[in-house]
Amino acid sequence: MYKPEEHNVICTVCPIGCRLTVIREEHEPDGYKVIGGVCKRGEKFGVKEVTDPTRTVTSTVAIEGGLLPRLPVRTEKDIPKHLNYELMKLISSVKLQAPVKIGEVVVANVFDTGVNVIATRSMRAVK
Amino acid sequence: MQQYEVVIVGGGPAGLAAAIEARKNGAQSVVVLERDRELGGILQQCIHHGFGLVVFNEELTGPEYAERFIDELMKLGIEYRLETMVLEVNADKTIRAISPNDGMIEIQAKAIVLNMGCRERTRGAIAIPGFRPAGVFSAGTAQRFVNMEGYMVGKRVVILGSGDIGLIMARRMALEGAKVLAVAEIMPYSGGLTRNIVQCLHDYDIPLYLSHTITEVRGKERVEGVTIAEVDENRKPMTGTEKHYDCDTLLLSVGLIPENELSRGAGIQLDPVTGGPIVNEAMETSVSGIFASGNVVHVHDLVDWVTEESRRAGAYAARYVQNKLVEDASVIASRPGDGIGYVVPHKVRPENLNDKLAIFMRVKEVFHDAKLVVKADGEVVYSRKKRHMAPGEMEIVQVDAQKLKDLKPAELLVSVEGGETVHV
Repeated sequence: MYKPEEHNVICTVCPIGCRLTVIREEHEPDGYKVIGGVCKRGEKFGVKEVTDPTRTVTSTVAIEGGLLPRLPVRTEKDIPKHLNYELMKLISSVKLQAPVKIGEVVVANVFDTGVNVIATRSMRAVK
Repeated sequence: MQQYEVVIVGGGPAGLAAAIEARKNGAQSVVVLERDRELGGILQQCIHHGFGLVVFNEELTGPEYAERFIDELMKLGIEYRLETMVLEVNADKTIRAISPNDGMIEIQAKAIVLNMGCRERTRGAIAIPGFRPAGVFSAGTAQRFVNMEGYMVGKRVVILGSGDIGLIMARRMALEGAKVLAVAEIMPYSGGLTRNIVQCLHDYDIPLYLSHTITEVRGKERVEGVTIAEVDENRKPMTGTEKHYDCDTLLLSVGLIPENELSRGAGIQLDPVTGGPIVNEAMETSVSGIFASGNVVHVHDLVDWVTEESRRAGAYAARYVQNKLVEDASVIASRPGDGIGYVVPHKVRPENLNDKLAIFMRVKEVFHDAKLVVKADGEVVYSRKKRHMAPGEMEIVQVDAQKLKDLKPAELLVSVEGGETVHV
């Protein structure tokens, strides 16, 4: 029997956490039908989670000459979810020198996504 | 003895917001006393994002959220002292503190705002059986080691407790290369946000075992393994359901406790349910002129609400030192009714309200399609339909202040009406 492509997605748009079923349907405008949700934003989320799931990644990089040995960073926007671990590998070799200003670009355009990794706090130099 | 109009005890998100608002509302001399090496409190170790949606309408990380307030504090020229540990707060509004720079200091304040936050519940408090080796951390301690101090705490990890800190640390440890074997939760539902279950556990294929707890910790010097088992409806482990894990680290995310040693010392009345001071509409405690806000009063799930509550505390503290706070007013008692665990504030003097009274509360169970109702001596003054309410998510209602000024009721009762309780 023919069974269309089907995905179970838990919606994270709001705290309700609807259990969505995202079903492949050629005739739908974006190629999928979403059931189990209660709002339009959830439908959009369901399709995105199936076709192009993305996340903001937050972590730290090494820093010298500041109050602390680690500086928190994040991707300025979401990047494709499957790049999480590769991003961790990429930033593991970064070593900054204090002072650093909040928002400063730490690594530009990671994996050609057009997204920068930025500092999420300022750290002044400590003698 | 040093003199200040408003002394803020604690430089985390609550203290920063209270200090800024006290100054903006006309307090001349304000000082923040912080025991750590820098301002910002626990936000500095919360490097994940999701902060600020209510206050800034954007998603920030903890350090970004903190830096906005630290910048504003600096711009306003508000005084602060780091590495300064407050030892004693007294009902006459004197404070004793100690620091490596100033030694022992004594301060006479006109008003005090308590912003000490909360502490993590420890292994001792929940009596986990087994040996006592190294490698058992509270999740927040591990978070500070990994995110700020630059120490990785372990390679194979089991986490007890599925509150947000436990979930966030599961992802953090996985990203840093550890193998997170399991998250065990004694309750039949997770205390964390759905979003964190998805983005911290599902994204990293970390299993969550609901209705499970730790029954054994093995290892003499360092953790060598733990055993988890399923619990029955009385939360007692059931024989035959044990799962053994070889691991070197156990993280505990088993609840937060408001830190009120100083409040007790000042003779401030505490609410046994929240573990924090009993407060009125001005966030003033049972001791006149001593205010409190943030997690020291009740544990919040969003820092944005800590900020909102603390802005009020700071503004009212400024009013108090200018003798603009009506102290001997009629008092409304606000109480939790059906389905509600607690409400803050506990007392309301309508004369001091601006346009709205914000009541913060937690429901006792998960409710769907129920109504949240506030009654003033039986008359409905607020009612709203709620699709979803859960104990893990704080509810806030805004009651029209004019109604309370007109009605002058003796009691405000907040309850859940109708709807269905959901058992996950």
